[in-house]
Amino acid sequence: MFDKINATFQFHQEALSLRHERQKVLANNIANADTPGFKARDMDFSKALSTAVSRHRTDQQGAALTRTSAHHLTGNQSSTDIGASLKYRVPTQPSMDGNTVDMDTERTQFADNSVRYQASLVMINSYIKGLKTAMQSE
Amino acid sequence: MPLFSIFDISSSALTAQSQRMNVAASNLANAESVAATDGETYRAKQVIFQSAARGGEPTAGVHVTEVVESQEPLRLEYNPSHPMADDRGYIRKPNVEPVHEMVNMMSASRSYHANVEVMNTSKQLLLKTLTLGEN
Repeated sequence: MFDKINATFQFHQEALSLRHERQKVLANNIANADTPGFKARDMDFSKALSTAVSRHRTDQQGAALTRTSAHHLTGNQSSTDIGASLKYRVPTQPSMDGNTVDMDTERTQFADNSVRYQASLVMINSYIKGLKTAMQSE
Repeated sequence: MPLFSIFDISSSALTAQSQRMNVAASNLANAESVAATDGETYRAKQVIFQSAARGGEPTAGVHVTEVVESQEPLRLEYNPSHPMADDRGYIRKPNVEPVHEMVNMMSASRSYHANVEVMNTSKQLLLKTLTLGEN
């Protein structure tokens, strides 16, 4: 039973931390909107999430802690390795100084990402609420 | 702490943009500062932005690497009655272009606003995350 609860939380945790990482990438794009030669980046979110989730499913080892006994904890690693899933944006209006940040795109994506982050939070909250209700005696 | 590094990113941008705005204000304030020689005359200044990301890390914010002086020629003005006029009757005025500075300032203030907004949104999201599972 706890496996199932864990798995659900695992999924939401991955989604939330990836959303947070993406938020950082977008914030970085906006921060560097006036930096010459800066290339805007973004994350292929659904791909990153499915990679993170499937990694948890296939190898439960996560970050490889050296285990000398089967009773040792495995130490699951959360998805912080986002460097690989980051892609460069294709500029719609390239500028002379080599900067590819399009403020409209970045702000739209930022707002979109925040809403989806909140959606994740709402889902986790309702899941916790459901669990609590199930655990209570009448 | 990695969770709050998004604040570092936005605040680095706020610092950089406000420095840019300071430089623009300084340029505008000194637009009419007359001096006797080429060396003493105020020259328009400009900040150089650079991404703070070093090898590997994808997100790091922005910082000002240096403040450079414009190498445009100074404005020579014929005004023999001016106390600082040279022997040919010319005074030297800074090479500040007010229109240029105003545009620079507007761009800086827009970018500053955008980053403040990013910070506010992030703050709200983090606060909501803190209350996860409370209700």
